[in-house]
Amino acid sequence: MSDYNFAYLDEQTKQMIRRAILKGLAIPGYQVPFASREMPMPYGWGTGGVQVSAATLTPDDTMKVIDQGADDTTNAVSIRKFFEKTAGVATTEATAEASVIQTRHRIPEETLREDQILVYQVPIPEPLRFLEPSEVETRKMHSLEEYGLMHVKLYEDIARHGAIATAYAYPVKVEGRYVMDPSPIPKFDNPKLEMAAIQLFGAGREQRIYAVPPYTQVVSLDFEDFPFEASKADHPCDLCGAEDSYLDEVIMDDAGTRMFVCSDTDYCAGRRAAGHVGAQGVSTQEEDAA
Amino acid sequence: MYVAVKGGERAIDNAHAWLAEERRGDRDVAELSVAQIREQLSLAVNRVMAEGSLYDPDLAALAIKQARGDMIEAIFLIRAYRTTLPRFGYSKPVETADMACDRRISATFKDAPGGQVLGPTFDYTHRLLDFALAAEGEVPEAAEAEAKPGPVPHITEFLNKEGLIQTEDESDEVPGDLTREPLELPADRALRLQSLTRGDEGFVLGMAYSTQRGYARNHAFVGELRIGRVAVEMDIPELGFAIDIGEIELTECETVNQFAGSKTEPPQFTRGYGLVFGQSERKSISMALVDRALRWKELGEDNLGAPAQDEEFVLYHSDNIQATGFLEHIKLPHYVDFQSELELIRKLRREAMEAGETVQQEAAE
Repeated sequence: MSDYNFAYLDEQTKQMIRRAILKGLAIPGYQVPFASREMPMPYGWGTGGVQVSAATLTPDDTMKVIDQGADDTTNAVSIRKFFEKTAGVATTEATAEASVIQTRHRIPEETLREDQILVYQVPIPEPLRFLEPSEVETRKMHSLEEYGLMHVKLYEDIARHGAIATAYAYPVKVEGRYVMDPSPIPKFDNPKLEMAAIQLFGAGREQRIYAVPPYTQVVSLDFEDFPFEASKADHPCDLCGAEDSYLDEVIMDDAGTRMFVCSDTDYCAGRRAAGHVGAQGVSTQEEDAA
Repeated sequence: MYVAVKGGERAIDNAHAWLAEERRGDRDVAELSVAQIREQLSLAVNRVMAEGSLYDPDLAALAIKQARGDMIEAIFLIRAYRTTLPRFGYSKPVETADMACDRRISATFKDAPGGQVLGPTFDYTHRLLDFALAAEGEVPEAAEAEAKPGPVPHITEFLNKEGLIQTEDESDEVPGDLTREPLELPADRALRLQSLTRGDEGFVLGMAYSTQRGYARNHAFVGELRIGRVAVEMDIPELGFAIDIGEIELTECETVNQFAGSKTEPPQFTRGYGLVFGQSERKSISMALVDRALRWKELGEDNLGAPAQDEEFVLYHSDNIQATGFLEHIKLPHYVDFQSELELIRKLRREAMEAGETVQQEAAE
């Protein structure tokens, strides 16, 4: 591809983004303003993640793109094609083979390593946004470490519902300082936020980048008597039998018959290839024979 | 799983092919040329240039064609192209007093030096469908007159001679660039004006209209509205002087607003300002009204809590490319989050029903 610079963005823009990433890594959980560019896909389609990935990729990288945990969702396909075209990097669906993974709404099931980078697409980077709509006010609250409002919200949830009524984008505190939105991942994924890989978060429309360095403490907000609980459908995967993976509920017919399958398609495929078979699954050896 | 990936890719390719076919429409009808759009849908072209922040009528016309007439989609195409262009310098400020005006009107004076020029306006047309246009008749040529020579002074300057209107202080400060730096608040007036001129016409119109209806009302007179072409000059370091690099069409609106005065200032008129690419009257008047509403702090007025006075509200929501992207993204898959909500709501309902049963049992006992 000679029509575009490597990974689409010009080098000055990449430098600007890299400076923001480095600042983010130096102050874990702090939202760094950056001069987000208009990208050739709409805001809301992952422009922040795409810009962070573009500034991170080198020609030797291998990239994986997932949306909802799956490599085959349309927007994941579209973003993967974008980088194949503009960066010419190798792409993969295997989590273990990827050096840069761009994700929307999930953390892969497989444990990530030190030589991997996980890039999140973030719609609303501000964890306090729906408690306080003004950006001027929320930035002040972060700088003063004034998070009382968030604890009041969680308390009110318990008073009203008997539980904290947040199922995704569950707020966390990073290294004892900044309250951070982990992007809309299900709270099942929150414990995985403490990992060996570098985690970068890009919000294009809101012009913010933030980061969690490897082995950083990430605590999901809770109360002693109402501890955080990572939850998933109480069911094994119907294809691969996994008990430990996050599941999608698929409606099978007009009678509402349901099937539960891994949201992480690579994890499920890997388990099935290794011979695991769920209640409604068929072993891949049989599939190959058919 | 591999098959599914290929399926997704094929679905996208097929969708794009179908889209291209829909854009073309009935092949028995002649295809629109970009030049036709540029010449005959020029106000649409102007809007795309203004909100796309790129002055190029040919590209704007191409974007309108490619977007099937969806203006926001066309603006998006221009924005995404614009952001890839290298920035090789900055022009000098354009001198609108030297504008070659096609239109120049003042609502505050019956006549003024330079005269009132109606120009090509819809203002006094009767909005009756012209069925002759459907019959593709040629229009007769309009009468022509010699342009008056010499500069056309700004009408608000006449007010300034008596000190009746607030003076805008000149400044050599380099204005910020909304497209190169993240927007941080509070924004100065230069940034606010940049944001408004590329803001969505409908949004800016709605905000302006709200000030007219009492949400931070500040009655505006159109001191002057002018449309015409101005030269764009740029300093060329190798030459050591400025040269004309081209000409652009602009619409400029200056409003004259009320001001009661404060402890330090006697009563005086104040100003709102609008400047937009192309012939974009509605937008430039709207811009001037919203600009004026946002100036409450520097003019020592009260914050009435009106949306048009809230710079964070206005600046964060005026960009239609940001707005449409975030709004439409909710049609992307969200099933992982929805799944977690499903589980939560089932759990909360189960607990609520169990609690309800316990209460009923206790009542029965």
